Amino acid sequence: MTDFPVIYERGQPGRRAAQPPAAPKVDLVALLGAENLRHEPPRLPEVSELDLVRHYTQLAHRQFSIDGNFYPLGSCTMKYNPKVNEEAAKLFSDLHPYQDPATIQGALELLYNLQNHLMAITGMDAITLQPAAGAHGELAGILMIRAYHHANGEGAQRRVVIVPDGAHGTNPATAGMVGYEVQELPTGPDGEVDLAAFKAALGPHVAAVMLTNPNTLGIFETRILEISRLAHEAGAQLYYDGANLNAIVGRARPGDMGFDVVHLNLHKTFTTPHGGGGPGTGPVGVKAHLAEYLPVPTVTKAEAGFAFNYDIPRTIGRLRSFYGNFGNLVRAYTYIRALGLDGLKRVSALAVLNANYLRVKLKEAGLRIAFDRLNMHEFVAQPPDGLRTIDIAKALLDYGVHPMTVYFPLIVKEAMMVEPTETESLETLDAYTAVLQAILARAQADPEYLPNAPYQTPVRRLDEVAAARKPILKHPID
Amino acid sequence: MNIPTDLKYAASHEWARLEGEVVTVGISDFAQDQLGDVVFVELPQVGRRVKAGESVAVVESVKTASDIYAPVSGEITAVNQALLDAPEAINSAPYGEGWLLKIHLSNPAELAHLLDAESYRQVATES
Amino acid sequence: MDYTPHTDKDIARALKVIGVDSLAALFADLPEALRSPPIDLPAGLDEVALLAHLRALAAKNCAEGPNFLGGGAQRHFIPAVTAHLAMQSEFVTAYTPYQPEVAQGVLQATFEYQTMMAELTGLPVSNASMYDGASAVAEAALLALRQTGRRKVLVSRGVHPESREVLATYLHAIEAEIATVTLAELTTPVTAVGQDVACLIVQNPNYLGYLEPIAALAETAHAAGALFVAAVEPLSLALLKSPGEVGADIAVGDGQTIGNPLNLGGPSFGFMVVTEALIRQLPGRLVGQTQDVDGQRAFVLTLQAREQHIRRSKAKSNICSNHQLTALMAAVNLAALGPAGLRELATASVARAHQLADALRTAGLAALTDKPFFNEFALPVPLNATVFRRLLAERDIHAGVPVPPEYGLGNAVLLSASELTSDQDIAALVTALREIRARARPLEAAHD
Repeated sequence: MTDFPVIYERGQPGRRAAQPPAAPKVDLVALLGAENLRHEPPRLPEVSELDLVRHYTQLAHRQFSIDGNFYPLGSCTMKYNPKVNEEAAKLFSDLHPYQDPATIQGALELLYNLQNHLMAITGMDAITLQPAAGAHGELAGILMIRAYHHANGEGAQRRVVIVPDGAHGTNPATAGMVGYEVQELPTGPDGEVDLAAFKAALGPHVAAVMLTNPNTLGIFETRILEISRLAHEAGAQLYYDGANLNAIVGRARPGDMGFDVVHLNLHKTFTTPHGGGGPGTGPVGVKAHLAEYLPVPTVTKAEAGFAFNYDIPRTIGRLRSFYGNFGNLVRAYTYIRALGLDGLKRVSALAVLNANYLRVKLKEAGLRIAFDRLNMHEFVAQPPDGLRTIDIAKALLDYGVHPMTVYFPLIVKEAMMVEPTETESLETLDAYTAVLQAILARAQADPEYLPNAPYQTPVRRLDEVAAARKPILKHPID
Repeated sequence: MNIPTDLKYAASHEWARLEGEVVTVGISDFAQDQLGDVVFVELPQVGRRVKAGESVAVVESVKTASDIYAPVSGEITAVNQALLDAPEAINSAPYGEGWLLKIHLSNPAELAHLLDAESYRQVATES
Repeated sequence: MDYTPHTDKDIARALKVIGVDSLAALFADLPEALRSPPIDLPAGLDEVALLAHLRALAAKNCAEGPNFLGGGAQRHFIPAVTAHLAMQSEFVTAYTPYQPEVAQGVLQATFEYQTMMAELTGLPVSNASMYDGASAVAEAALLALRQTGRRKVLVSRGVHPESREVLATYLHAIEAEIATVTLAELTTPVTAVGQDVACLIVQNPNYLGYLEPIAALAETAHAAGALFVAAVEPLSLALLKSPGEVGADIAVGDGQTIGNPLNLGGPSFGFMVVTEALIRQLPGRLVGQTQDVDGQRAFVLTLQAREQHIRRSKAKSNICSNHQLTALMAAVNLAALGPAGLRELATASVARAHQLADALRTAGLAALTDKPFFNEFALPVPLNATVFRRLLAERDIHAGVPVPPEYGLGNAVLLSASELTSDQDIAALVTALREIRARARPLEAAHD
């Protein structure tokens, strides 16, 4: 069996695909100086256009995607990416960020409208569309909270950020990046934050509490109003990680829950494409008292038209170049305009419906359910005794379905987190259940089967230890 | 579970072997088994002064990274450079070739706080 | 239009299985006080109305006409095959490749991207991409601070103002000091670097378009035990000496010019490429080569212990997403161009920019210096730069990125050109500038 070729192994020296436009001949040495020129050109593939097309088309065939496969990854919200959003994005793809603002009024109006729509959905008073990812939004949020405390003379004393033990890794990583100490909060046996532990952890040394609601177990924090009251009484700011907004979008607003800062993941709730890992987009909404700390610029509307606003008195500064992942902001805007409030409400209702339907079905099929009660848009399951989550995940691959999220959250042993999303049909969920049943049955009959899965994927289980011990991070071209 | 009786242990799964005033430190057989195949070790600078309980090294497997805590206070006199090329020694010989570092003791009284093999066995079983 | 498949029958069946009698019952856990908030959104639109609305917004923009805008983003030729391949739905709608057996498409494409970036920059280890060039500069500074244990960063004013702003935002939180090196005649002077400096950051070509003495600057950084960070424009690396060749420790930059459309500034991607010594400090995702159980070559995310999902509060960075899809566009585009095509693209950009500068000089509009530039340069203008840009826009010419006051150049703009610039474009710009200058003359006296 030969290896699938790397692009550098295709083509022949001297072959080429694209032909740039011609230009007047120039003497580069004279113009740029011999000392500034490189001696050897960079080595790139030398392929014809057909070589190129064959390569990347075949590579695409070695890849699972939402368009091809059911992808119930908990915490990722792998909902269908509407194709009309791509058409919309194309209408705005040629605008230069430094064009005279009079020539981009349509783009600015779109951004302004999107700001308003996202504030309405979240119940917040001001917003930035700049951050390029959820984690980037978290950075913005924590920096704003930090600036707020410093402005109030409490910056030095408030050194700690409280994070539940089930939190996504970006939460403590962000706090650490900004110099905060992280204190973990235990989750109670009911799957919600342990209120007694929370009260004990609060104090004048706490800067912020970062929460997701529903939390990473897929459970709604029913005591959120009390949590937010307690946090504010202790002088802390409350941060909302918007990864799980799909469960409540249109039905409840983090602003009403008492959150001071909210980040959204447009690539989750608002279906901008995941792209194999990015780009994402992570707008951050704030309550009025934090509006003066927002990153610059935002978009404002004045008599003369729409404009970028750099006049934010105590801004934390810029987070990135230009204005944000505009192409994806167009896609998210298009989605919101297609759905309207009724559509968003249907999204959350059916996301929660699908998750609970699948929960019941997978329990019947033989999985253990960590919190066997009404969950929200996702739930945590565990394999039957004696089987490992990693092995079941690998076996699923042979059936053309993507596994659920594995080994997250860390607080449940052998966790399998399942989030079907609202765009999947009940037949798809039934088929997934049948696949799991088949896998569990085969595992019973043949103990060798699971640990050696998958068998039919383009490559089988990989030696990840060797990859880490002796990293090979680029192709050896010579 | 291999727990040599001639060594002392910390509840965080480090072992300590005393030779004169120098303590050699590594991780227990239980710990290396939990971690899985070690891919990388981050070792401290020789000469660094450390306190008991302070994080002094990191042992990485593919899926985890574990902090290693100094079982006693003192000065780091040596680190096991061989691990940089062959971290797998921690898995195959956790008490021998897989040693991590040596500390010159500043406070011998601290040794009394460490666990003996039997007590550590209980800790590991409950983990 | 909400893309959900459920009929009433489906919903009834599902509710029965779950054991509740209505969709509302699914939200029993929500406190009463939070339910049914007054969310003010326009009603949903069908696809025809939706696109009509978007087209109406698009009609209020203007991207037509000669384009000489630069300042960190530039319009370039991108062959049709690039988007066709990179935007295949398997690449667009895939998730992060955490299950490598079914993600060899994304993983291998990323490995190929890492290889190409290493080639362009002359350094061995590239990550899988970052958000943008500006945040990559900031992350490079954080890396240098971690690596050296020092508390100060030295950055040339030749580095893009927005990159420097982002650097300040990131470093302010950890109370690291930033000192800015003033330019001397539009380039960075070679002077001694202090022993307290973690890194010296220089952009090449610099913000104003001019070539920096990066070899000499790298030496001054190393002499002080500091790292040298080169913020580079990737297209220029087809021709210019690479950061690796001059001994840089880290190369960063923005990838827009090697294969992504402008998109009003995003999404594009940032790149970071480092020496072997810095591999474990490198933030972001990394794809490595390995084998599967049958001995087949395969690719996998590796060295993940640096990252947030494992190290949590001790991670090198909080970065989770990379900019996979836009980085893929660049990789496909580089493969489509090949070494000859890339060289031609870069050379044509240089040619057109110099043709423009010559035409302006002939018209009596001289640039500020004779120092070598790549495909962009600074031009003094007779009136406020933002007004100047407006006047050109009214003539359907997009040109004149205003140079910020911190450069002390008075009213000045950046002008750039690329392989897409035609003789007619240049003629149109020169004519427009002549007219504007003629009208501004009476105003010049009134200005100062």
